[in-house]
Amino acid sequence: MNTSCQEILDRLPEYEKAVEELKETLLTNLIMLSEIPAPTFEEQDRNRFLLNRFTEYNLQNCSSDEKGNALGIIPGKSRDSNILVVAHLDTIYPSNVDHTITVEPDKVIGPGVGDNGLGLATLATLPIILEKLGIEFESNLILMGSSRSLGNGDIEGLRFFMENFKNPVTAGICLEGVKLGRLSYSSIGMLRGEIKYEVPEEYDWTRFSSVGAIVNMNEMINKLLEIPLPLKPKTSFILGSISGGTSYNKNPMKASLRFEVRSESEEMVENLAVRIQSLAEEMTSMTGANVRFLEIARRKPGGTQFSHPLNKVSRDILENLDVTPRLSPSTSELSAFIDKDIPALTIGLTDGERLGEIDEMINIEPMKKGIAQLIALLQAVDKGYCSEYK
Amino acid sequence: MNINNWLKNNTYHHSNFEDIKELIEEKEKQGLTISLCIPTLNEEKTIGKEVVMFKSELMNRYPLLDEIAVIDSGSEDKTLEIAASFGADTYLASEILPDLEPMRGKGENLWKAIYQLKGDIIVYIDADIKNIHPRFVYGMVGPLIKRPEVKYVKAFYDRPLAFSDSIRPSGGGRVTEILTRPLFSLFFPDLTAIIQPLSGEYAVRREVLESIPFPIGYGVETSHLLDVYQKYGMSAFAQTDLDQRVHRNQTTRALGKMSFGILQTFLNRLVQYGILQKFDELPTVFRQFQVKDEIFETVEFNIPEAERPPMNTIPEYKKRKRGK
Repeated sequence: MNTSCQEILDRLPEYEKAVEELKETLLTNLIMLSEIPAPTFEEQDRNRFLLNRFTEYNLQNCSSDEKGNALGIIPGKSRDSNILVVAHLDTIYPSNVDHTITVEPDKVIGPGVGDNGLGLATLATLPIILEKLGIEFESNLILMGSSRSLGNGDIEGLRFFMENFKNPVTAGICLEGVKLGRLSYSSIGMLRGEIKYEVPEEYDWTRFSSVGAIVNMNEMINKLLEIPLPLKPKTSFILGSISGGTSYNKNPMKASLRFEVRSESEEMVENLAVRIQSLAEEMTSMTGANVRFLEIARRKPGGTQFSHPLNKVSRDILENLDVTPRLSPSTSELSAFIDKDIPALTIGLTDGERLGEIDEMINIEPMKKGIAQLIALLQAVDKGYCSEYK
Repeated sequence: MNINNWLKNNTYHHSNFEDIKELIEEKEKQGLTISLCIPTLNEEKTIGKEVVMFKSELMNRYPLLDEIAVIDSGSEDKTLEIAASFGADTYLASEILPDLEPMRGKGENLWKAIYQLKGDIIVYIDADIKNIHPRFVYGMVGPLIKRPEVKYVKAFYDRPLAFSDSIRPSGGGRVTEILTRPLFSLFFPDLTAIIQPLSGEYAVRREVLESIPFPIGYGVETSHLLDVYQKYGMSAFAQTDLDQRVHRNQTTRALGKMSFGILQTFLNRLVQYGILQKFDELPTVFRQFQVKDEIFETVEFNIPEAERPPMNTIPEYKKRKRGK
């Protein structure tokens, strides 16, 4: 390890202490952000809250762009490069869900506290933690609450920014509340799709095997599961949600299936997309109903190698914090960086349970390690220890 | 008094005071100190959030509050431990002025706060609010900081999610609309302008708090309004809309007990003010009914509305004040 990087590692306890001293501010930001409903495409209120915080801490260029990203810049001393820190603004919960958060001495409970209330609270609190530590960077630090990230949003906010930001970005760090130790530096190939089965109004129900949308969707699922999947490249199907019908005794007119295909190979993803499309066409001709395959999102596999300096430094930082690194591929924001060949990492900030449920819970104590990790990582990137061609 | 005029001039929305920096400048100019008192009894589920939020937003970030205190009636859960872990000053009501005969009730905690806390203004906020936000404090201290003649600011909550007509009813909970407002309409029509007279959130100047008696039970909010009105008139009051307050809902039976306590306080005040002639001492037993194996039976609750005298008549308080 380079001596100067060791200097950064040596300061980890100091970073943890600074975060601990600002715990109340961090928790308050966590509560206030998490209690603002922000389903995908409706992130405006969280955007406004985050921008207010950025403005108050005198960040530069505090602004919201046309996709609803909330942005603020901590200007660097040399200002000739940029590090982007991102946390997604949106949640999986509709606005009518009770967003009340409960705080106990050692944990915070409520919908979305981990995904991604804590990521956002970290963004909102980072400027004052850095100020408390007296840390200044050479690079500009761009803090971004990204919009339209989940589900149908398909990382639209971050993609828009990456398309339209004209200056060089050295690295991207994506913040996720859970789980501390997580390091995602590669993205697997992904196809997110929906199959919609709609029986036309004028449908002839006397026709042989006219059983409605659900039975036919069931058949469609069987056909999907019959598709042979290779062990190499690793490929899998996730059937995520299904809906259809309206009552006990009426033939359902509509059904829909949401699914995701994941594969290490882009070609495999493409083959499966073609296969699913032809299955939909086959079902249309067999049943006389309208069966459509909608592609919601697609990601290319890619990312940096295990040995990339950014990944190596991240592992060193975690090990110095006595946290075991857990390497896992990601299908989240990371792919927007991968598409632009920018080294990037997704990191977790604390431990938690029941992710994605209304009573999602995260632990308070590990947050200081999670954020100390981020500060050290930012410093290492800023000083050039994470670049391949230093 | 023209009630509509009073409503127009003395009714605020919390957003009128959201420029907290401006409030702090004015507060400092006037040399005011502000204390927050949260009375508690078994509130471990919500107390942590209240304390951490007020401490971070209104002490650390904006020094609007000089003190956050939790005054507890003897919780059996971890209320005090949690409050202290997030940095509140915590007190057991029974340990404040320990030489006085002990009484137990929310009003006791509010009254003892006058002795224990230092502020020129005391803000009282219940501990069971699920959607706590800094507006609960700045919304109520705003009128006191901006208008010296205002002495007592009461919260109300009015947040229609959807209403098609331009006119909509506005008001308080069941006890307010069925008991308190009808009584005010009969005896103190001006006070009907207080939209939620029973809300547990208010901010008050010390000079007022120390000079009025405190019922220790359900009647404390009602007696405050009556006594301050008698002493200073409506110009001493203001009220602030704090939007929505999410809290535990009470059963109708629980509200029956509350109404019984309020009614006792109200009738006692009518006698004190000479509006009603003195009557024999009223019973303190409230009766409700239940059915067990098809047999009706009464359930009796003893709800005495004991009262603490004005704090400025307590020797220890006078001594402490002189010491200042």
